[in-house]
Formats: sequence, structure tokens, C-alpha cells
Amino acid sequence: MSELKVEERSIVVPGEILADGMEYLPTKGTYRDGNYIRASRLGLVSVDGKVLKLIPLTGKYFPKRGDVIIGKVIDIMLAGWRIDFNSAYSAMISLKDATTEFIERGADLTRYFNLGDYVIGKITNVTSQNLVDVTTKGPGFRKLVGGRVIEVESSKVPRIVGKQGSMISMIQTLTGCQILVGQNGWVWLQGEPRHEIIAIRTIKKVEQESHLSGLTDAVKAFIDEELKKVQ
Amino acid sequence: MNKDLKQHCARFSALGIRLDGRRFEEYRPVEVEYGISNSAEGSARVKIGTTEVLAGVKLSIEKPYPDAPEKGSLSVNVELLPLSNPKFESGPPGIDSIELARVVDRSIRESEAIDMEALCVKTGEKVWIVNIDICTLNDAGNLFDASALAALAALRDTRFPEYDEEKNAINYDKKTDRKLPVRNMPLSVTVLKLGNVLIVDPISEEESAADARLTVGSLDEDTMCALQKGGSAPLTSEEIGKMVEMGLKHGAFLRKHI
Repeated sequence: MSELKVEERSIVVPGEILADGMEYLPTKGTYRDGNYIRASRLGLVSVDGKVLKLIPLTGKYFPKRGDVIIGKVIDIMLAGWRIDFNSAYSAMISLKDATTEFIERGADLTRYFNLGDYVIGKITNVTSQNLVDVTTKGPGFRKLVGGRVIEVESSKVPRIVGKQGSMISMIQTLTGCQILVGQNGWVWLQGEPRHEIIAIRTIKKVEQESHLSGLTDAVKAFIDEELKKVQ
Repeated sequence: MNKDLKQHCARFSALGIRLDGRRFEEYRPVEVEYGISNSAEGSARVKIGTTEVLAGVKLSIEKPYPDAPEKGSLSVNVELLPLSNPKFESGPPGIDSIELARVVDRSIRESEAIDMEALCVKTGEKVWIVNIDICTLNDAGNLFDASALAALAALRDTRFPEYDEEKNAINYDKKTDRKLPVRNMPLSVTVLKLGNVLIVDPISEEESAADARLTVGSLDEDTMCALQKGGSAPLTSEEIGKMVEMGLKHGAFLRKHI
């Protein structure tokens, strides 16, 4: 008979036994060890019927197909650009995926993306060898000019974005800043300097208090109060 | 992007604030903790905001240099650990860690903070050698000031180990009550020129966008003991005067934390 060893939504550490028996199924963040299912990282347990999942609390970003990410150009090669995106691996933007424009043979690639530039794009493919392909073709994908990039815990990104982008669009409307959040935990923002600082503080606050419920109201109150201070 | 960042900084400067909302002459919270290592004769951890630096002092007995037979000696080593900044790599010390070590070394050496003659055990044969090792735990900007502060705090925390002169053996497990003879308090403050403003306690972004920097070593509010200029842009003599003034003023602020 299979038995669950921990409660749902409890915090577990790597190696901790989550379940005993073959009836439960290990998925993301968990693994089978004989009869046991153990946690492979620090996080919250989520039980869906017989399926065990772990919602990580910390950890480096792991690339996934379809994710929108913010990356930095670290190398320009013959057929594209190499991108650092806050992960253990680096990504490639190949010439054909960079722009809809026609690029002539031997053209100066720095005209499109130069070293140190930040870009927003989408992961099109992650191979079994963890080679990551990124495209910057598509609506909203571009080089990020001006502004600045801050780093947040990539596991907290869903909370910062909110349900259907509710949290981030609220921060944008109240502060009047442009904000782009990459799934990889890099956030680009630009706005009126004082409001931009408020936006950053707000994002940091959401990141730190992501486990609390009723956060949207607390965040709204926080921004209103901060805005009053600068006026 | 560097140019972009510079312009971005300039937009903030125009309003009298900086990228993280501080004023030009405002330090992040400073924290000093003593005696964090058992195996060192003296140690300290310094936090300036999220920048974190460890310093440890080891004492050993060696033969003195022939040109100074009655004097002990000092050496400072800085390790920029890869965990503290993705830019740092392991391996032999690079130009940044050598510069940092020399700047820390210089303000302690030139201020004659340590009474080197008191470190003599036997003229021409045995003197105490002071080794300061500094490790960066997190680099969020301003490693210069944090390292100098950590080095001084560690020196003031240092107690001599037991030394048996007949056997010529140091018992590192037993510390005596004898303190290292530290006569004054050399500290350094780095002032950055960013566009047309001068700032103290920069964060990493400001460091990468800066035109020039001047590290001012001081003993007290009126005495300067070392200077180091960095960055490619030139400084006018008025600017240097202003930077030194700021350095001395904020040196006094840092000294309160010791």
C-alpha cells in the first residue's frame, strides 16, 4: 500500500522522502529511489491525485521551450549571436531567427545586436544536450534600448507576473514604467527615475513576500504610499 | 549597453538621485562583525548593503628583510571569489585583485598603522609577519571600501598566539591577550565620477558606468594617507580637491563602525 509521507504544500529539502510505494508518480523536482519518492531540490510539495510535483523555492533558471526570456549578447559569431540568460547554459540566436529583415552575406552583425546588448526573445528549442535556440522574430521581441535590467529569483517570476499578468500590469499602470519580465528572472524596466525606483522596490517586495496571500492589495497600498512620498 | 547605462544614470543624476534611490553622498547600511574565524588570529566580516567581505589575519615568525632587521612586515592578499561575481574567475590573481590588495596594503603601510618595530622578536633573525587575507563573498559594488574596512577591523581583532622561543614553535591553538600594536585607523573611501556628479559607495552598475574613481585613504578627518586613481577619464584639480574632501568626510563616517 502506498503512503504519502508529507503533507501537501509543506516545504521539503533535497533527499527528503515524499512517498513510499509504487502507486505515486514522481515528476518535476522529484525522483524515485527504490520504493521511495524523494525530493531533488528545496521547495513546496504539490500533490495532484497520484502525481507528485515540487514547486522549487530557489535555484537557477532551467530553459524550457516557449519561455520568453531576456538575454545579454556575449558573443557574435559567423551565423548568429550567443546569449547569456541567467542559466547554466547559453543560447543561440541564429541569423534566420534574428530579424525579418534580409541580412546580406558578410554584413556587419553588430548593426542588429551588439556585444552587451539586452534582447527579449522566445526559446524555440532546447535539445537533449541543452543547446538552447532563441528567436527574436515576432511581436514584442526586440533589442532593449535604454532602461536597465534587474535580477529576481526565476522561481518567483509567476508571482511577479500574476494571474494573466495582473500583478505586473498593475505595477506598470501605477508607476507608469515600461516593464518586461523574462521567465529566466531578468526584468527590464524603464520609466521616470523616481517611479522606476518604486517599481523595483515593489518587484523586490513581491519576490520576498511571494508566499503570502492577498498580495495584490498589499502591493497596491505599498505603491500608493511610495508614490505619495515622491510628490 | 554601457553607453545606455551611462545615459540612464545621467537621467537619475539630473534629479539628484542614483540608480537605487540613494542620494549622491549616502552610504548603504554598514555592518562590522568581529572574530568570525577560529583559525585566524584576527578576523572580521564587513557588509555594506549586500556587498560582503571577509578578512583574516595570520601571524607567523620569519627572518626579517636584510634592510630592516628590526622590523616586522605586512602582506595583503585579496581573493576575488568566483561565487561573489560571475565576472571573477578562479586561478592566479588578476589585475583587479592585485590592485585591490595593493590599495588596502598601501593605506595600512603608509599610515604606519602597525608598529613594525614592536613585531621584532630577535633583531635580524626573527620577526612577526602579518598576513592579511581578504575574500569577497558578494560583490555588489564598492569592494575597495569594504576590503579596507574589513582589513582594519581584522587587525584590531588580532591577538598574538602563544610563542615558545626556545623551541621556536608557535602554538596557534592558544591565543594570548596581547593585541597587535595598531596605532591608528587607516580607512579608504572611494569616490566615483559619474558623468558630472561625484558619488560615494557605488553599486556594481554605477561602477561599470563610471568615468573615473579616486580611492582616498585617511587616518582621521584631517589626515590623508593614500590615493589611488582608476578609470580612463581625467580629473581636474578642483574635482580631486572635492573628492578628497568627500573621502575624508565619509572616512570619519566609516570609522564610527569600528
